[in-house]
Amino acid sequence: MRVDAEGGGPGAAPKKGEERITGEVLLSIDDISLSFGGVKAISHVSFDIRKGEIRAIIGPNGAGKTSMLNVINGFYHPQEGTITFKGETRAKMRPYVAASQGIARTFQNVALFKGMSTLDNIMSGRSLKMHRNFFWQMLWFGPAQREEIAHRRRVEEIIDFLEIEHIRKTPVGKLPYGLQKRVELGRALAMEPDLLLLDEPMAGMNLEEKEDMSRFIIDVSDQFGTTIALIEHDMGVVMDLSDRVVVLDYGSKIADGTPDEVRGNQKVIDAYLGVAH
Amino acid sequence: MNALYAVLVDPFMQMAAQPDFLLQVLWEGLVGGILYALIALGFVLIFKASGVFNFAQGIMVVFAALSLVGLYEAGVPAWLALILAIAIMGVLALAVEGLVMRHLVNQPEIILLMSTIGLTYFLIGFGEFIFGGEPKVMITEELGLPTGSTVLEPAGLGRDGGPGLVILQHIDIAAAIIAIVMVTVLGIFFNKTRIGRALRAVADDHQAALSVGISLNQIWAIVWFAAGIVALATGIMWGARSDVSFALEIVALKALPVLILGGFTSIPGAIVGGLIIGIGEKLGEIYWGPLVGGGIESWLAYVIALIFLLFRPQGLFGERIIERI
Repeated sequence: MRVDAEGGGPGAAPKKGEERITGEVLLSIDDISLSFGGVKAISHVSFDIRKGEIRAIIGPNGAGKTSMLNVINGFYHPQEGTITFKGETRAKMRPYVAASQGIARTFQNVALFKGMSTLDNIMSGRSLKMHRNFFWQMLWFGPAQREEIAHRRRVEEIIDFLEIEHIRKTPVGKLPYGLQKRVELGRALAMEPDLLLLDEPMAGMNLEEKEDMSRFIIDVSDQFGTTIALIEHDMGVVMDLSDRVVVLDYGSKIADGTPDEVRGNQKVIDAYLGVAH
Repeated sequence: MNALYAVLVDPFMQMAAQPDFLLQVLWEGLVGGILYALIALGFVLIFKASGVFNFAQGIMVVFAALSLVGLYEAGVPAWLALILAIAIMGVLALAVEGLVMRHLVNQPEIILLMSTIGLTYFLIGFGEFIFGGEPKVMITEELGLPTGSTVLEPAGLGRDGGPGLVILQHIDIAAAIIAIVMVTVLGIFFNKTRIGRALRAVADDHQAALSVGISLNQIWAIVWFAAGIVALATGIMWGARSDVSFALEIVALKALPVLILGGFTSIPGAIVGGLIIGIGEKLGEIYWGPLVGGGIESWLAYVIALIFLLFRPQGLFGERIIERI
């Protein structure tokens, strides 16, 4: 159920179809609490992400948004609550399990393999799809090489999709920030994920780069049907892209609903304007 | 004046007077350098993938060589002993990963270094317990490695323009070839395969590697295994030139200046660094050593490394250390 936000804020993206089919629950977070020593990062938060939707997680700085993504993909292990992904309920995720079950992510401060080329970075996203074992790899020729070629083809499609053909062989450490973010998205897409977690995909980008990135996110959602959860600070972008928004403040959920519902919520307005708690 | 002459001019006069001897010295230095490079390569593999400075690389060389010779002495045919020695290095890799490294993830580097020092002393004790403390003779011939030598007599390179004399040990030539093959295979492995890519990915960014489903445990076991195979090759070559004893463990520390020269993360650096140290210390020992009464071979490498540290702390090929503040 997509609600168009008024006006085209920065990053106004091409409009999607009015009706989005959002299906059953793909991931559900139940009563999650996470603390580091005595500091509560997340307390008793529950929400769900439905198949095919674009779900935004917003909130002021330090609200626990990135911690939430880290819980979902297994970097952080919550003390309380459960995570249900594809019908399987767990007390905690492990990064390897999350990745092999189809959760991919990008990072707030781009986490690419800086010494490697764009191509190799994106190829690394295929790790779990390639199966030839150590001994074939040592030989390199034969089956391992054929497998490499097959996956390379898939990666080239992603490179075309993201329009980064020209930087295929460039070590990513040398790329400007906006392009690095795009390569990072490419690496996540190479995993052909069911759930894609994007941590501030547009942070530090200029207007044009933001528009490009918005377009890619919508295209990923439309063309591949990938479910997306994203953290973003640019409200124009959030309201424009997302189907549903969950708002965190000081580690607690204060609102959850369509962009319009959230926008009118008094608690959300207070949180952003900094009314005393 | 005399001192300056002795340091700056005389050694070069000696070199020019007897070029065949210079060639011999260079060759000896080159072979020594290859062995240093192989040890350094073992260090680099593990450091690249896990940021651990593996103090135990030297003892792994000894342990691998002792396993090979020990098995042969116990009556196992040479070829089978070689395969079993490789398997032992594999088991060691799994044990190190499962019993030590896995439990120390995210610990400060100094803790990881200490754990490898602990591993070193464990392997010394364990090795002596199983194989005894006496030096053993490497089974060079049994492994099919050449033992003879080739005598070259290049015309006009000897003293006063007479016929020269350069002796090349076949085992040294074999060492050079094996080192080249190993480095090439590792290079292809690192650059062209999924696991190689995963290795580089882990070296660059642990979290990002985890997020794409690369298993750190698997990668660490693989690098320790690769380092173990490199250690075995080094042990065979070194053992063939002297003998297999625990003293090798100390010699292996020569890899430190090599790494300072070549950079801790660079395979080409390990090789070039090894060759510079190997050739540099041989030339120093022969031509400059007598000035101070000889014996400089044991410390010259460290002095070269120290001078290097002043000008290029990241090494010849290391990644530049640029920190944003």
